[in-house]
Order: sequence, then C-alpha cells, then structure tokens
Amino acid sequence: MVTYILRRILLMVPTLLGAVTLIFLVMRLLPGDAALYILGSDEASQLNKEALAQVRQELGLDHSLPVQYVQWLWGVVRLDFGTSYWTKQPVIEELAQRYPMTANLAVLSLLLSTVIAVPIGVLSAVKQDTFADYAARIFVITGLSLPNFWLAILIILGLVHYFRWLPPLDYAPFWVDPWLNVKQLVFPAAATGYRLSAISARMTRSSVLEVLRDDYVRTARAKGLHERAVVLKHALRNALLPVITITSVELLILFGGLVVVETVFTIPGIGRFLVDAIIHRDYPSIQALVFVFSVFVVVVNLLVDIIYALLDPRIRYA
Amino acid sequence: MPELEGGALRIPAVPVTTVEVTDAAAARARVVSAAWHSLTSFLRRKPLGAIGAVVLLIFVAVAVLAPVLATHDPDLNNHRARIKSPSAQHWFGTDNFGRDIYSRVVYGARISMSVGILATLLGTLVGALAGLCSGFFGGRVDQTVQRIADVMFTIPPLVLAMAIVTMLGPSMVNVTIAIAIPRMPNTNRVIRSAVLGVKESLFVEASRAVGSTSWHIMWRHLLPNITAPYIVVATASLGGAILVEASLSFLGLGVPPPVPSWGRMLSLEGMRYFETAPWMAFAPGVFISAAVFGANLFGDALRDVLDPKLRGQ
Repeated sequence: MVTYILRRILLMVPTLLGAVTLIFLVMRLLPGDAALYILGSDEASQLNKEALAQVRQELGLDHSLPVQYVQWLWGVVRLDFGTSYWTKQPVIEELAQRYPMTANLAVLSLLLSTVIAVPIGVLSAVKQDTFADYAARIFVITGLSLPNFWLAILIILGLVHYFRWLPPLDYAPFWVDPWLNVKQLVFPAAATGYRLSAISARMTRSSVLEVLRDDYVRTARAKGLHERAVVLKHALRNALLPVITITSVELLILFGGLVVVETVFTIPGIGRFLVDAIIHRDYPSIQALVFVFSVFVVVVNLLVDIIYALLDPRIRYA
Repeated sequence: MPELEGGALRIPAVPVTTVEVTDAAAARARVVSAAWHSLTSFLRRKPLGAIGAVVLLIFVAVAVLAPVLATHDPDLNNHRARIKSPSAQHWFGTDNFGRDIYSRVVYGARISMSVGILATLLGTLVGALAGLCSGFFGGRVDQTVQRIADVMFTIPPLVLAMAIVTMLGPSMVNVTIAIAIPRMPNTNRVIRSAVLGVKESLFVEASRAVGSTSWHIMWRHLLPNITAPYIVVATASLGGAILVEASLSFLGLGVPPPVPSWGRMLSLEGMRYFETAPWMAFAPGVFISAAVFGANLFGDALRDVLDPKLRGQ
C-alpha cells in the first residue's frame, strides 16, 4: 500500500509540471500583450514607450520566453507568484487569505451533494421504472440542465422576495461557529451542489442497477436476507466504488461552479478572485489561480485513488 | 468480398454488370429503409430522447428565424418602456433599457446555438482525431497525447476557457475556441479506448495482411467503428458547451455586445434590477435550461441506443 501511495505521489510531479507548462503557454504564447492591456490600450503606437517598457519589465515580459518560463517555474517551486497587479499585495498572501473560504464551500457542496445523491440514486435503482424512479430522474436531468449561476440568482431572489431573509454577512470558520458558518454557506453550497448531486445520483443509479444483477446479490436473496439488507449491506457497498471515481469529474465541475456562485453571492473566495483578477487584467494572479485550481484537482484525485485502493484490494495489487 | 477491397488479392471481375446495378439500387434501398427503421424505432423506444431532439431543433429554428420571430429590435433602447412587466406588447417584459426581453432571448438563441454547436464540433473532432492517432499508433504518440490529456484534465473547463478568452480577447471565434479546447481530452479518451477495442479485430489484421496502408485501415475500418461512440460523446458534450458559453457570457467574457446572449442578460449589471423586475431573470434562464435539457435528453437516449454495453437493458 505504501509503495502504491508513493508511486502515485511521484506520478503527480509530471502532471503538475505539465499543468504549470500549459498555463504558461496559455498566458504567454496566445496573442494578447499583458502590458498593453494593463495600460488600457490596444495599440502600442499611442503609448508612452517608457511606460510600456516599465510595465513589461515589472511583469518580466522583457526577457526571452525560455527565461520567462524558468522564472515562472522557479516562482512556482518557491510559491512566489509575484505581486498582484490589482491589489498590490503578494499573490500568495491574497490566496492564503481567500482559499479557506473556497475550501469550506467546496467541502460543504460535496457533502451536501453526496447526502442527497446517494439515497436518490439507490431509490431510483431499487424502484426502477416506478414513480419514484421517474421523479429521481427528473431531479437528475434538471440538475444537469440548470446553469448554476441562474440557480444562485433564483435562490437569492427567492430568499429576499418571499422570506425577506438574507444570509448573514459575517463569516466565521466552521470550528469557531459551526451554525453561522453553515447558515452563511448552505445556499451557495446548494447552488453548486445540485449539479454535483445530479451527477452522483445518476452514477449511483446505474451502478446499483448493475450490481443488483450480480450473482452474490442473488445468493444474498436466496439465503433469505431481508431486501433492505441485500441492498444496503451487499449491493450498495460495491455500487459506491464507481461513484467515488467520478469525484474527479465532479471536482472540475465544482470548481467551475464555485467561480460563478462565489461571484453571485459575493463570497470572497478564490473563485471570485479569479473573476476580479480577469476584470483587472491581473496576470500574475490569474496564472497563480489557475495553478491553484489544478493543484486542488491533482491532490484530490490522489486522495480518491488512495481511498479507492483502500476499499478495493484489486487496485492495490494490480 | 468488400473486406478485401483495395487489397492485394485480385479477384476476377464478375461479368454481371446488370445484376450489380440492381444490387446497388437494392443496397441503397436497404440502407434507406434501415435508416428509416432505426429512426422510427428510436422514436418508439426513446420518446424522451425524441423530445430532446425536437427541443434542440426548435432552438436551432428559433436561432435561424430570429428576425421573423422577434417582435422588436432586440437592441432598441426605449426609455419610456423601461422595466415593464410582461404584457401583450412585450411578452416577457422589458429590461432596464426598455429593450424587449422576448426579442432578446429569441436573438440570444443564435449565440448559444452557434457557439455551442461549433465549439462541440471543433472540440470533439480534434479530440477524436487525437484519440484515433493515439490509439492506432500507440507507443510514443500514445504516451505524448495521453499525458497532454492528463494535464488538460487538471484544469476545470470553465477556468481554462476563462483564461483562454482573457488572452485571446472576447469575440465569437475566440469564445468558440475557448469552449472547444477543454472538450478535447474527454473525447480523446473515449475514442482512444474505442480504437484500442477495434484495432485487434480480425478484419483489421486481415486488411493489414493484404497490405493496406495505415491510412486505409484508419479510414475504412476504424472510422466506421468509432462513429457510434463519437456521436455519443459529442451529443453528451453539447449541453456542457452551451452551459460554459452561458457562464462565460454571465461573467462578461462571452461574445461582446451588441449581440444579445442569454448569459449576459443574467449578468451582475442586471442583478440589482432582478428584485423589482424578476421577469428579467426569468426568460433567459428558462431558455438556457431548456436548450441544455434538450441536449441532455437527446444525448442520454443516443447513448442508451448506441452504447452496446447498455443495449437491451
């Protein structure tokens, strides 16, 4: 098991290096001159040459591409992403300030979606082609179709309009005031979590359906077990394995959702920061944020693989 | 005999040309009737999928016929008609500039449908080509392509699209490219595994044995066998592409004004009006959801019909 984990950790290195390179390529090779954007002009001729040269120098754009690449890599290794063009603070400090909020919201969304998705998926499979199944499938396909920013807008409108209630504006970490924390974040988490729960519920349904046809389920029934025991003890345990593996797909969607939902709910997390950074053409921050998102994905994928290997011995020894 | 077509084996030409002509006609008739049969059986077996297809077709028709269907100029500011609730004159009400929301959502279908469909085609075709080469050639090509896909899988599609639009600048072509690129790795994986499944088949081996070129094998033997998974992954991708377009527009990174787009109609500038004028938030959201809903229903049904693993369930 330890070798397996170590091997997986080593495999992270080339993937992260690739991500760092891809971000560099997107930010430096695509047409679009950061210095021109920052000075608010599309044409170099109108500008004060000195100002342009100065901005280029500050951004490190006056060096050749390979030098810029090495500088960017070296910065990433030292967690030095430069200074934000917009807030004038070191980017890493901005990130450190904002990421707990986003992590909090992400965890809450995942928890909320799983708590909703698994029962719905199981019910939908066990009662296949009944009213309950159809209701569950409508829940799923609606969740996959609603844009999460619209859902967020509808939630805010609904809360303000019909309940005259707004989420509390102050934020407390979960370990300080759990109730305030949940009250603050449960609605944004619902807006991002609905889509995730739809994905999980769909996966749970098809996975349970498949497992219910397996021989050991027939054996369990044949030996006279109660149907509930068959489903919960025998089928569900095996059916949830594939559901865990789609977490990586969910994460990609979750992070996209966080960007949008943090913007609607004006939550000062890293998703909102990305939108602000783009509006302010804050290139050092944009680069760093995209990198942070990909680190999150890679690390969670590693955790998922480890959990999977713990649950399923076949993976460990393969 | 068709399996050997173009191969090294020379089979003496059969001197029955008339029979060949009738054969060709019969074959064509068979293909047509088979297509008709699979269409009707799709409609019968997957009524929800058929509904999804109809919804998509309606949206395409709305996009094409927008000038006919719209009742007002979508960009005409009318300060006397600001923030009016739905009425006989303005079916979905008006926004904070007095623009007719119905006409705007009708025109908005153009951006959503064209960007959604083009981005899906671009992303899935490039991804499929990469997957085809990766699976067929194996070795270094495979390693390289798959490692690139791994890396692309670590960046959330919306975040990657946002970064690309920021660098390319907002325009219809750039937004389409930005939405297409994150769709590539997934198609690549699906097509690669389909190719790996077919590559070892006897008919590919036979074709190679008679001296066919790689190009011939890919074109004549692999392509027909990966069409079904390609269609499935492309339709499944369409709903997501429409959503990403809407999200980009919502964040102000979509196709720039004056072209109306559903996402931008819901953007934060309008949000302070939503509380007093909820209809402003209603129509665009319903249209986005309905289009994605149609794409999802259709994609699901196609997957059920075309995926051999699910067939017969």
